[in-house]
Amino acid sequence: MKKKYGVYGGQYAPEILMPALKQLEADYSRLCGDEGFRDKLNSMLTDYAGRPTPLYFAENLSPSLGFDLFLKREDLLHSGAHKINNTLGQVLVAKQTGRKRVIAETGAGQHGVATAIAAAKLGLECEVYMGAKDVKRQSLNVFRMELMGAHVKSVESGSKTLKDAINEALRHWLSNAKDTFYCMGSVVGPHPYPAIVRDFQSVIGFEIKKQVKEKKGRLPDAIVACVGGGSNALGAFNEFLGEDVRLVGVEAAGEGVDTGKHCATLCTGSDGVLHGMYTKLLQDSFGQINPSHSISAGLDYPGVGPQLSHLSSINRIEAVSAGDSECMDAVKMLAESEGILPALESAHALAYVIKNKNEFKDKLVVVNLSGRGDKDVQTIADYFGVDL
Amino acid sequence: MRLSEKFSQLGSEGAFIAYLCAGDPTYEKSLEAVESVIQAGADVIELGLPFSDPIADGPTIQKASQRALSSGMNTRRYFEFAAQVHGLADIPLVCMTYYNLLLRWGLRRFVESCVESGITALIIPDLPYEEACELEALCRKNQVDLIYIVAETTDEERLDEILSRAGGFLYVVSVLGTTGARKNISPTLKKLLEKLKAETQIPLAVGFGVSTPQHVSDILCLGADAVIVGSGLIDQYQKKRGGLFEYAKSLKQATYKP
Repeated sequence: MKKKYGVYGGQYAPEILMPALKQLEADYSRLCGDEGFRDKLNSMLTDYAGRPTPLYFAENLSPSLGFDLFLKREDLLHSGAHKINNTLGQVLVAKQTGRKRVIAETGAGQHGVATAIAAAKLGLECEVYMGAKDVKRQSLNVFRMELMGAHVKSVESGSKTLKDAINEALRHWLSNAKDTFYCMGSVVGPHPYPAIVRDFQSVIGFEIKKQVKEKKGRLPDAIVACVGGGSNALGAFNEFLGEDVRLVGVEAAGEGVDTGKHCATLCTGSDGVLHGMYTKLLQDSFGQINPSHSISAGLDYPGVGPQLSHLSSINRIEAVSAGDSECMDAVKMLAESEGILPALESAHALAYVIKNKNEFKDKLVVVNLSGRGDKDVQTIADYFGVDL
Repeated sequence: MRLSEKFSQLGSEGAFIAYLCAGDPTYEKSLEAVESVIQAGADVIELGLPFSDPIADGPTIQKASQRALSSGMNTRRYFEFAAQVHGLADIPLVCMTYYNLLLRWGLRRFVESCVESGITALIIPDLPYEEACELEALCRKNQVDLIYIVAETTDEERLDEILSRAGGFLYVVSVLGTTGARKNISPTLKKLLEKLKAETQIPLAVGFGVSTPQHVSDILCLGADAVIVGSGLIDQYQKKRGGLFEYAKSLKQATYKP
């Protein structure tokens, strides 16, 4: 397997974890070629998770935008987001390699929920690390995980968000690498995680390609997806890397990329090492990691997947951003025009095409609607000053 | 001073390697703490350069790092601090930090700054040998030891590779996990030390979880050449500032083999 993407990626992990990472690479490579594994995963994706997801033509919104907008409805998946594509795959690897227990980190809680679901379905113990700040703003998801038998560990260190949840999950894995499987939630971390998560999420782009050809007889002009760590984006882009298709990754500009309160890592970050990978980071002049901000917990991360850093550095993908308020406007617009409530994360992708509709004029555009907004209702109400 | 010189000075006496986080809780207080540990008999000072996201560290060193960063510690001040420590006593000074801080400062510049401030060895817990080639070459050129970590999970192939590269001492992780004081010494440590002693002449320093004089003498009896105590010192300093000297002294005394 490829360990680096240009200069990015690699395996900057403590020695204690190196054997576990090598083992994971070997196990994963073997299972990828195993028909039984692939059949089992495909049947779970179809009958359990609800794949393929529809590619929906936003017929009410499209005329006002001046281009054909298609939404890849990952929000309709079981669990409410694309994360389950990856967790079913990884937890199945865990199961088939004899592990009894999986751990995961989570930001918005979507990966935690998806891991809890996969673990419940496959009969494994599950422990989820979540920043204390996120536990508070995503309490609904915490309870969902607990309902499915997972233990949620509130992480009090550092900035108490996703970055610290990953730190704590890695620390826990250091003590338990022998019997515990770390189910990574995005295309981040030391090799082979970025590759594994990308592979499991590539089903999104694979389906987009097939569906858009069926509907329009051609490839789309652009695919637009939000980027936190980048798993839904890379999952949507991967099938199109060799095609003449614009690929746009929308990061969270939070309160503005010049305010310091954002997480636009590809747009404004610099190279460094965090969480086992060499990638773009938000950091100060000495290399200390800066706190990030976004109204959407799932994008609130000061790093990004190494392959996306590479693709951005060679200009194969465009890195852009949308802020908190633009995101909220997009939520309202989609809800009112199409009756779809997007996750705040996914709404960033939508916000970008709405704001820049002229650059997409008359084009065929696919936005990856990576998750649904049910989990965000409280945040949305707070933002608009509504008392529930 | 290079580590090799210290180890040959000590002969059969065990080495007490004391870890403290530079700038915890402030520059001045931290310097006092280092001084008191040196006076208590520490043979080597492992000086932590705090990082915002220390994945190999347990709660004690995480909090120490946070305190140090909050009080303004950074790479520039760290080297000033190290130079001051170097002025206190001629003992080996080891820098322990995470790779991103070296990258940001510049690898060459970092190693040169180490040399200028009297640091003669480096421990980078998130840098396995696969990624270490460039730093290793710079260290060799500047006569700085790059210290590698081994654990019971390290297989033969990795161990051979590490032994062929290791400088200064081998950092033997006594328990799988992060740094931090623990009650008991891992029962698997004996086997690991025996295996390592059969394969290498390089001094073996045991760290992670070492916190009492009993631990120190037990570990040295198992065949280690040195013990590394960090979280225990920081916990002690947090509890009772004045108790640090006595505690460190009791750890050093436990290194005199009967």
